[in-house]
Amino acid sequence: MIIKVEGLTHIYNPNSPFETKALDNVNLEIAKGEFVGLIGHTGSGKSTLIQHLNGLIKPTSGKVIIDGVDISAEGANLKDIRQKVGLVFQYPEHQLFEETIYKDVAFGPINLGLSEEEVDKRVKEAIELVGLNYDKIKNRSPFELSGGQKRRVAIAGVLAMEPEVLILDEPTAGLDPKGRDEILKQIKKLHQDFNMTIILVSHSMEDIARLVDKIIVMHKGRVSIVGKPKDVFKKADELEELGLGVPQVTYFMRELKKRGKKVRDDIITVEDAKEEILRLLRGNGNA
Amino acid sequence: MLKNITIGQYFPGNTVIHKLDPRIKIIITLLFIISLFIIDNFLPYLFVSIFIFTSIFISKVPFKFILKGLKPLFFIILITFIINVFMTKGEILFEIGPLDVTKEGLKLATFMALRLIFLIIGTSLLTLTTSPISLTDGIERLLNPFKRIGVPAHELAMMMTIALRFIPTLLEETDKIMKAQMARGADFESGNVLKRAKSLVPLLVPLFISAFRRADELALAMEARCYRGGENRTRMKQLILSRRDYIALGISILLLGLIIVDRLL
Repeated sequence: MIIKVEGLTHIYNPNSPFETKALDNVNLEIAKGEFVGLIGHTGSGKSTLIQHLNGLIKPTSGKVIIDGVDISAEGANLKDIRQKVGLVFQYPEHQLFEETIYKDVAFGPINLGLSEEEVDKRVKEAIELVGLNYDKIKNRSPFELSGGQKRRVAIAGVLAMEPEVLILDEPTAGLDPKGRDEILKQIKKLHQDFNMTIILVSHSMEDIARLVDKIIVMHKGRVSIVGKPKDVFKKADELEELGLGVPQVTYFMRELKKRGKKVRDDIITVEDAKEEILRLLRGNGNA
Repeated sequence: MLKNITIGQYFPGNTVIHKLDPRIKIIITLLFIISLFIIDNFLPYLFVSIFIFTSIFISKVPFKFILKGLKPLFFIILITFIINVFMTKGEILFEIGPLDVTKEGLKLATFMALRLIFLIIGTSLLTLTTSPISLTDGIERLLNPFKRIGVPAHELAMMMTIALRFIPTLLEETDKIMKAQMARGADFESGNVLKRAKSLVPLLVPLFISAFRRADELALAMEARCYRGGENRTRMKQLILSRRDYIALGISILLLGLIIVDRLL
């Protein structure tokens, strides 16, 4: 297990009228190389949870163990942890600050105290990893890029630290469809080519269905459902009660089934639906 | 670390202090500040302490909360104290190297430190028990008579409302950007002064950009809703003085009176 969370509870503003319990006895495990989707409605504790995973906030009680190291313990080496677990916040382009893209992406590696050649190498790799042209872009200001490009530069800034685990908090929020597809494609590639452990927070059930191996559903600071996408999305009613939903295509297949067509009930992607409907049309699925 | 800032933070409650008319509360605070500056010996601080601690007690704001507000200003108080200790001439008590510690200096330093502490406690009690909206409402109404000599009361109040409203937003934003940069290995807490100042660049640049963006968006949103300040603007909550307001005002005038009498004697 690369990530293990035990009995994690976090209370904001304890002992004041603003006291809120953001996390309530959360237990979970994430294996190396897993692609995990984290879903839950606004205020369910997702953001608080992911900030615990690289030591940005300390648990009120409970443990967070990364690669065998208890990072909530006193004197844990946080720099090490933050290198190992890369966290890309929502709207990461809002943290860009340097004059050139090169300098901005190099910020993380330089903070890690790497040699100049190593920084150079990592910056180049990271920029290319997010699908941008290094030579064309390195000396430009990050502020003259388009929204989607800015976001990719910001993600490159985290990738340049070469984390083993990459956590992304709604990486596609506010992007146009093209920008969204590109970012998701890069994330998928990181998972496939480098066996990176990825935790994706998203409100798009379609994206989650298409990409992840495992879904964790958060509700009111607790983990309420964990499972494979096909199993989790079978519980459409339960998910709706939690203010969530299932992919559109799953609703569609459910409706077909209700009308007496014999289709499978674990279809969550458009591709699977296509296969199933074709099978149905060929006549061997009709009742 | 940002959680320590309580200045300008409202502590919701339903006590008499909370319910006082904001105009009266502002006037009382002003009287309180004037009192602090009239004081010239230690005895009147007793009245001031009774007044302020009773107010805090009635307001049900936890004392810890108020102390937290003092924390960020601790150094200012400390520096004032030190400068006063060493820079006042008089009867020498003892010497530290080239510096003399005088009896008068020690007295004046304690005196000034107390003045500052009470000043901060008094004003933070005002902001802790008055929501920003009613605070600016109060300021606007108090400034109204000065409109005739060209004071843009409404505009000033609006600016203040907006500024106050954005304090928590900007703090939140600061916290977020700080965390994002910390996730990239930034270190805001160690190193010498120069290094620390330099480490603020990754925080300040994004913060300014976002502040300007927010200002732009807010201006647009206000315009889209046909905002026009000034003349003939009505308000949802009318401010009306009640008996408790007069009583509270009476008590603070009494305090000021006592202190003036003490000074004259």
